[in-house]
Amino acid sequence: MPTLPAGPPVISAQQLSKHYGDFKAVDGISFEVPAGESFGLLGPNGAGKSTTMRMIGGVSQRTSGQLTIMGLDPEEHGPEVRAHLGVVPQQDNLDEELKVRDNLLVYGRYFGLPMSYLKPKADELLEFAQLTDKASAKVDALSGGMKRRLTIARSLINEPKILLLDEPTTGLDPQARHILWDRLFRLKESGVTLILTTHYMDEAEQLCDRLVVVDKGQIMAEGSPAQLIRDHSTREVLELRFGSERNTTVAADLQGIGDRLEPLPDRVLIYTHDGEAALEEVTARGLRPITSLVRRSSLEDVFLRLTGRSLVD
Amino acid sequence: MSAQLTAQDYSLDGSKRPLAALYSRNARAVIARGLLATRSSNWLVMVSGFFEPVLYLVSMGVGLGALVGTVEGPDGRAISYAAYIAPALLAVSAMNGAVYDSTWNVFFKMNFAKLYQGMLYTSLGPLDVAIGEIFLALLRGAMYATGFTAVMALMGLITSPVALLMIPASVVIAFGFASFGMGITSFMKTFQQMEWVNFVMLPMFLFSATFYPLSVYPQGIQWFIQALPLWHGVELLRQISIASFTPATVIHLSYFLVMIAVGMLLTTLRLRKLFLR
Repeated sequence: MPTLPAGPPVISAQQLSKHYGDFKAVDGISFEVPAGESFGLLGPNGAGKSTTMRMIGGVSQRTSGQLTIMGLDPEEHGPEVRAHLGVVPQQDNLDEELKVRDNLLVYGRYFGLPMSYLKPKADELLEFAQLTDKASAKVDALSGGMKRRLTIARSLINEPKILLLDEPTTGLDPQARHILWDRLFRLKESGVTLILTTHYMDEAEQLCDRLVVVDKGQIMAEGSPAQLIRDHSTREVLELRFGSERNTTVAADLQGIGDRLEPLPDRVLIYTHDGEAALEEVTARGLRPITSLVRRSSLEDVFLRLTGRSLVD
Repeated sequence: MSAQLTAQDYSLDGSKRPLAALYSRNARAVIARGLLATRSSNWLVMVSGFFEPVLYLVSMGVGLGALVGTVEGPDGRAISYAAYIAPALLAVSAMNGAVYDSTWNVFFKMNFAKLYQGMLYTSLGPLDVAIGEIFLALLRGAMYATGFTAVMALMGLITSPVALLMIPASVVIAFGFASFGMGITSFMKTFQQMEWVNFVMLPMFLFSATFYPLSVYPQGIQWFIQALPLWHGVELLRQISIASFTPATVIHLSYFLVMIAVGMLLTTLRLRKLFLR
């Protein structure tokens, strides 16, 4: 991965916490992001990812801990920090009272950018979002996917140095996801720092140089996708389905195969360095799964291992 | 798209300007957005806001006025009942518009339309948003006041050019209510709590010497009414409407200047609670 010459971290969080009453949305997390890195926060809904993003943008006040963005505290220098931030929130918050192109122009004006810059920029971004023919349509006439693309285009109006993407591809079809991933990859190549939350493991594996696994407001693990898989899972996974009645009862008969066994309601996972060999042993014990699948370990397995729960529940 | 970034691009020097955390001196972008949105979608709502006080003036002033005849004006001379209540209705309209814009409208845009969330993720600070929204509310109030004053003139209720000062005066009244209203909204969390705003406004409208003189009340209630802002607004506009000024005029005006100062201070102190939850 091309990274920029080492400088001070672009984002530095130390023991960052956000409490709502007794509820600890973010509970003492620490991380640093160097310039140009693509950094992911992986975790289930409610893990505290969005709250962390909001604190980085300076639109939510932390309860305790330290946070600096490009050397500044976003609570003390919110407007200055956000001048260099692009934000794609989890839920589209487009201006429903304005037309599509006006959404981009007006948003650019919030950054104090001149119209002479904004007009060609807005057209370029409409092109990128494939919304050129919708330029003078009302926002509420757009489909969900179009709104998402417009939100992403809007986040680029100020040519941000740091792009915060909160579940960016939720609600997009597979083709649109791949187009967006490609675009994000190109931004990254130009030196833009990406901060991304997701509960899609394939997205995290595709886009993130490094990520933290977050659960219940705390960091469970940190590393590159490959490193996390190496540290917290085996090379391969054998997935067996015996039918919903038998998955848990059959687990006893599978003891001793592979390194570790994970019985789930809909399937049994066997963690092993060699999936085919494990499958042979299952068959040798006289067990007949309805379906079997050998695959590489993924971040989903890392998450299951660390938290005992699935990412998407 | 953009040129290759280097590590130097990622270093910022913090501004030492006061309020740098809350204000980026760009309220005009919020104002421009409001004007654009009004032009393209909600001008109909604006028109209805103009007609409300006019309908009151016609029904009460002309209809009820036929029964009442003339009443004693601020300077002791007899004036028509319509001329008596018209400035009061203008003050009520200024209050209602400003309070609606700074409470319900802000609450809705914050919690439901999510408009401010979008704005606040840009270089805008909460103070830019607050100033922009208050300015838009006052602009709207000034347009209503101009329209209403024109209707008064058409009905023959204006006898002096001094009465045109009712327009800036009602903007001052609106400013007082808007600055306070936004501060109060920062304490609200649910729609049920927002209903309390109406619970305070309606009696204030009915009992602030709007439709009859303060002298009908016993002394204690008079003092209470005189402590409320709307009474000062009603009296201020009533005096301006017939160009009859007394030392009390200064008190009425000062009441609002203090209200604006305290309201803006409250709103500024509560901005983080209002916008950065």
